[in-house]
Amino acid sequence: MSAFRGLVRKETLHLLRDRQTLAILFLLPVVSVLLFGFAVRTDVRAIPIVVVDVAPDAATRALIARFAQSEQFQLHGTLRSEATLDALFQAGTVRQAIVLPTETDRRLVRGERVVVGLITDASDPNTGRVMEGYAGALLRRWHAERAGVAPSGGVSLLTRMRFNPTLESVNLFVPGLIALILTIVAAMMTAISITREKERGTMELLLVSPLRPSAVVLGKVAPYVVLGMANMLTVLLAARGVFGVPMRGHPLVLLGASLLYVIASLGLGILISTKAETERTAIMAALAGLLLPTLMLSGFIFPLEAMPRPLWAISHLIPARWFLTIVRGVMVKGAGLADLWRELAILAAMSVALLGIGIRRLAIRLP
Amino acid sequence: MSSSDAAIVVHDLHLTRGSTRAVDGVSFTVPRGERFGVIGPDGAGKTTLFRMLTTLLVPDRGTAHVLGHDVAGAPWMIRPQLGYMPGRFALYPDLSVAENLAFYADVFDTTVAAGMARIAPIWSQLAPFAARRAGALSGGMKQKLALCCALVHRPTLLVLDEPTTGVDAVSRREFWDLLDTLRGDDLTIIVSTPYMDEASRCDRVALMQAGRFLAVDTPAGISAGFPLPLLALRAADRIGMLSVLRDFPHAVGAWPFGETVHYTDARVGAAPALVLAELREWAGAHGIADLEGEAITAGIEDVFIHRLAEHERAA
Repeated sequence: MSAFRGLVRKETLHLLRDRQTLAILFLLPVVSVLLFGFAVRTDVRAIPIVVVDVAPDAATRALIARFAQSEQFQLHGTLRSEATLDALFQAGTVRQAIVLPTETDRRLVRGERVVVGLITDASDPNTGRVMEGYAGALLRRWHAERAGVAPSGGVSLLTRMRFNPTLESVNLFVPGLIALILTIVAAMMTAISITREKERGTMELLLVSPLRPSAVVLGKVAPYVVLGMANMLTVLLAARGVFGVPMRGHPLVLLGASLLYVIASLGLGILISTKAETERTAIMAALAGLLLPTLMLSGFIFPLEAMPRPLWAISHLIPARWFLTIVRGVMVKGAGLADLWRELAILAAMSVALLGIGIRRLAIRLP
Repeated sequence: MSSSDAAIVVHDLHLTRGSTRAVDGVSFTVPRGERFGVIGPDGAGKTTLFRMLTTLLVPDRGTAHVLGHDVAGAPWMIRPQLGYMPGRFALYPDLSVAENLAFYADVFDTTVAAGMARIAPIWSQLAPFAARRAGALSGGMKQKLALCCALVHRPTLLVLDEPTTGVDAVSRREFWDLLDTLRGDDLTIIVSTPYMDEASRCDRVALMQAGRFLAVDTPAGISAGFPLPLLALRAADRIGMLSVLRDFPHAVGAWPFGETVHYTDARVGAAPALVLAELREWAGAHGIADLEGEAITAGIEDVFIHRLAEHERAA
């Protein structure tokens, strides 16, 4: 036991002495929350929009008023026909157009279906999807108000956006950020700390010592578990304090899932270190082998549903995919153990397997 | 000597690293309590040999028993009793001197206090720097700290891989003096070095070259085993003297040695005074008029160079 304590103490000292890295590890979560929250948010403001209203009546005027008042839209005006729409889009004067049918008010009152055309500039597909979402939400609110208590017809438009009706991008980014930061801290730092021992020649002495490889690794990674969890709490508090990101489910479920995810990442870090001989190789391997899949294949940036089949299949092997589902579930939807047991079980199995394989792969001799 | 009395028993050890036969058929035995030196130039295979003895590498062929256990089959029996100082001092530069020592005590499940009796003579020199980071120590101090770290768990076998490489001459001498303070206990030391002059500090030495042992004996035995007349010669024109001596019909070899040239004659038992007279005549006839010199007894380096030349001629 004294050997384990010695390893933990030594690794903690390494961490505390390396002030620059420590500062980066603590600033990284805060800075990335602020960056993602403010700078790269995909919320779009002041979308130039035009409404084609061939037969104005009370209902269409109410809709136009809504667009005029919204911060998300900047009403470019109303048109009587679609004739000039193409030119407006091509010139970039407007990025969205609403085409209203005739007899809108009467159809609504009768409870008939109202078909509203929604044209969106999708030259940037991501922004396009967001704009479409905004306009759809506004149209649905307008429809709900105008059609009274029991609308039977409805507007034919769009996918439904549950749980995040205003499409706040921060709510979607924070879970991904947590996964990203835990991957960096747990996997990359573990890989670096083990390969550094190889480069310094100290691994040679640790190998010659009576310590089993598993003891060496567990002692080395313990401080990074603590650091990873501290980072996760930092991200959560920053996201909550600055952007008011919700925490609708039980925080303990989130903490448990984070611990499992940290262990899985540590296992991956150990696996990298068994192959990489130098710190530089370890960093490159962690970036290419872990950060990219975590970003691309976990559903963080690109929706899982939109992936080509082969990539979608691969995404099942990415721990971040399951972790993200859990975090989004707990934070945004208020899901609990009953809803997420399957994802938690998969994540637990992955973490046990990865850590186990990592430890088994550790050499007891020099290559 | 039975193998239980021996700290190290190596038989016909081979290991190929890449395309080189790093260790190519080495056999030797080190009794407990002995200080055994392995002397040879860089690339001779010393480190590979030591890594097999410390269970870090597995031999291709042959066997090595360390403290009664097979290095390939029973590494976990050997490791707790081993004190190892790798060629690059395995210290953590960002930890202090005291923290480095405490860590290695922890790793072997012991404490610095328990090992203090063993390391006291060395630690007394390090204690003033206990709070200093290991990275900020001088080469000599790093070497002493690495030795402390290798000894703190009171090993029965101390394996030192080129402990004096890269430190100054004074620190080298101090280091060997420190090793002397460890004598008297049942501690076996096997140490490698590229410095021939350090051979005399060992009980027995092995001369190693190209993966093989050229000779294994006491330092005196190795010197006494030199069969040929050896002279140390001087002349104003050292370079000219060297080639003239090498052209002498009975010359085996002539190598510069500091201010002098060591000359070996091929005629076993020839009187040195006679050889010197012949050489002066030969040199005078070839433009070196001021040749002086006297007979000397061979040092380890003379033996080594001689054996090496023999070895190369045979190959």
